[in-house]
Amino acid sequence: MAEDKESAEAIVSEVHKKIRAAFDVFDHEFNKTVDVREIGTIIRSLGCFPNEGELHDVIAEIEEEEPTGYIRFEKFLPTMTKVLMERKFRPIPEDLMLQAFEVLDKQKKGHLELEELTKYMTQEGEPFTQEEMEEMLSAAMDPDKNLIFYKDFVSMMTVDDPR
Amino acid sequence: MRAALLIQRWYRQYVARLEMRRRCTWNIFQSIEYAGEQDQIKLYNFFGYLMDHFTPASSERNLISHIFRENNICRNVDWERYFCYKSIEVPKLYSGPHLSFPITCSNAAELVEAFKNKQQLHSRYVLQLLGETWRLLRILPNISQISTCHSKEITICGDLHGHLEDLLLVFYKNGLPSSEKPYVFNGDFVDRGKDSLEILLILFSFLLVYPNDVHLNRGNHEDHIVNLRYGFTKEVLGKYRLHGKKILKLLQKIFSWLPLATVIDNKVLVLHGGISDTTDLHLISRRKRQNRSGMTDSDLEDDDPTAKPVDSSRRRVHSLTHSSSTGTRHEVQRRSLQGLNNRVTCSVEEELKERRRQAGLSQSYGDLRNSLANSDSDPDSGELLESYGDEWKQIVDMLWSDPMPQDGCVPNEVRGGGCYWGPDVTEEVLRRHNLTLLIRSHECKQEGYEFCHNRRVLTIFSASNYYEVGSNRGAYIRMGPDLVPHFIQYQANRATRALTLRQSVGRTERSALRALREKLFAHKSDLISSFQEYDPENTGLISLGHWACAMEAVLRLGLPWRVLRTQLVGDTLDGMLDYHLWFRELSITEPNTEVSLLETMYKHHSNLETIFRIIDTDNSGLISFEEFRQTWKLLSSHLQTEISDEAISDLAVSIDFNKDGSIDINEFMEAFRLVGGDLLQNEGDPH
Repeated sequence: MAEDKESAEAIVSEVHKKIRAAFDVFDHEFNKTVDVREIGTIIRSLGCFPNEGELHDVIAEIEEEEPTGYIRFEKFLPTMTKVLMERKFRPIPEDLMLQAFEVLDKQKKGHLELEELTKYMTQEGEPFTQEEMEEMLSAAMDPDKNLIFYKDFVSMMTVDDPR
Repeated sequence: MRAALLIQRWYRQYVARLEMRRRCTWNIFQSIEYAGEQDQIKLYNFFGYLMDHFTPASSERNLISHIFRENNICRNVDWERYFCYKSIEVPKLYSGPHLSFPITCSNAAELVEAFKNKQQLHSRYVLQLLGETWRLLRILPNISQISTCHSKEITICGDLHGHLEDLLLVFYKNGLPSSEKPYVFNGDFVDRGKDSLEILLILFSFLLVYPNDVHLNRGNHEDHIVNLRYGFTKEVLGKYRLHGKKILKLLQKIFSWLPLATVIDNKVLVLHGGISDTTDLHLISRRKRQNRSGMTDSDLEDDDPTAKPVDSSRRRVHSLTHSSSTGTRHEVQRRSLQGLNNRVTCSVEEELKERRRQAGLSQSYGDLRNSLANSDSDPDSGELLESYGDEWKQIVDMLWSDPMPQDGCVPNEVRGGGCYWGPDVTEEVLRRHNLTLLIRSHECKQEGYEFCHNRRVLTIFSASNYYEVGSNRGAYIRMGPDLVPHFIQYQANRATRALTLRQSVGRTERSALRALREKLFAHKSDLISSFQEYDPENTGLISLGHWACAMEAVLRLGLPWRVLRTQLVGDTLDGMLDYHLWFRELSITEPNTEVSLLETMYKHHSNLETIFRIIDTDNSGLISFEEFRQTWKLLSSHLQTEISDEAISDLAVSIDFNKDGSIDINEFMEAFRLVGGDLLQNEGDPH
């Protein structure tokens, strides 16, 4: 129906504007390009939760044939629109997060040791860089005990997130 | 393992969001800061407007001539007498540092220690120190030349803006200035921070001890009109109640005599703002040494022209807008560059007439011009007139410009003065002067420094935590004979280093949002009307897309509203925002007529305060009620808002001025802030 089509168009238009706004924050030269290294931040700030592998796939799709280090908005927009409309890379619910930590907490202590978490984060999955590890520890770790009380950590991060 | 993957994915998302928030917060601060500077320029335009509309018969004549009233003292000899410190006695109880002149390096080090311990230097020593500084600056060139021979490394610092703790940190990490340790300080020593005067006193004392090894470049904040707005004037008057006015006046002179740039090894140019496509360093450095025929040295010396007022308001008008001195370094007053040329030619003509009259010449301007056309006897004077405007523009460009990524050179609309210059201009200007690098400051950078234009332009900024605790690091440069810059970064507040990314972003963000909310409040009625345009049926609801458009149309801050939406807007019904509810939640009251007057005033309170301080020429803190009323009327006509006399009077009564017809500026602004603050917190009753 005509009305539906209109509202569908309106939705897409709104999505486009959102993507544009996020893109512009990183468009330092005002020439509709951003550094490819900022694409991850942009995509994530739009509410998506890709892992690194998925991110690389997206970048490969939107990069130039000869990678210039920059991504142009014309290429970014259609891909990103699809991502948002298809609701790819959905957010991770809080309880699932908790479960993930519990899996790592083999002894079910309710907390993780500094070395435990560091080992998992820097050796498994898509490893953290040292900088990422330090930052996470500074946010998550109780400095007196060198322990990570992950339940508190997860709730703090979830509350913090403005959606 | 899947669990690890999940956690990493989740955490990286979180960090990305923080980064986005940090960028937006930065944008907020920067755009508000530059909007403030733009306001400042608009203020100069306001004075231009006053001059254009000034007629002898107008009722505001008294106010205008009062604003532009000239001081009687005008020759250096008289100024020296006025600034004399000798009659000021230092009481026995004084426990601060004692200075002896000529000042020694242990004196200077003592001063640093004293300020570290929060002591205050006695006004006698302040005036003495400033006097010596003024005398020294008058013999320094416009552009300092230094060399890195003897394997000396030069240290270059950017904006300090009254942040004493940053200067102390630099000295701690890098050592005090000396012949072995030369320093260049690249402007903007004052305003915003609370220890601007202490920074100046330290820098000047080292300048006096090591005049060949300490170099100060003027910044756009080394200007007494800017200081009226951004806090330095207030700081000095607060710290030195008895002699503050004299100190400020002497500083005004000192600022106008600060060198404009420094060149290292003839290869590296250091100046505060930047360049433009017309930058000509030879022009700038030559200026001082030119000799005007028929004019004595005393005429060349200072910024105030003649003893005998011809038409006092006209004459002072000219010196407010730009320096009245010809051929020597100027006091830079920024104005809109439009309309400059007319003013320059008229007032320079007047100026020349007066000087010639003083010097006993009978030639008129017209005659002089003709004689120039006929002979080459005095190329300088003719050149003076043409290049006067050029030179002035060059100085403004040097102090106010910003680099941009695109080629070209366009006026800097955001700041309101200077220009934006591109990489092509950098290449051209550097090539023209046989230079390899341009080091400038003027813009706050998150890491304290930043390269641009293919690493040919380097911005260095030394005030850490500039916008807010945790907002940015400061940095300084060490450079040896290889002319390769090395950076040392720091952050003054210990506590900020311990903050996590999340905490420091959060804190800075809260600060930025508070500042933004103030802006929202100031534009509330405009915003509501704009929302209503998108809501023709008056449902009270608008879509978020329309909200974003309206916000930008009214506030014009260039902010990413859609991205900021989550921070500013709470719940929505199906993507529709109840805007009246939203305002209430932001603790902003409904507009009514009384509030809209306050709102208007609040929007312009910075300008108002600046104008008040300009009117209060003797810095007594008092202006008459009539002056206040006239000022407000003038400002409101310039801003094209309609305010009735009655409304002003009512407002005055409700803010409870002394009934003796004079207004204490501080009281007024304080009460005003409180009233504004009340409204922000939604205490209900605006009065």
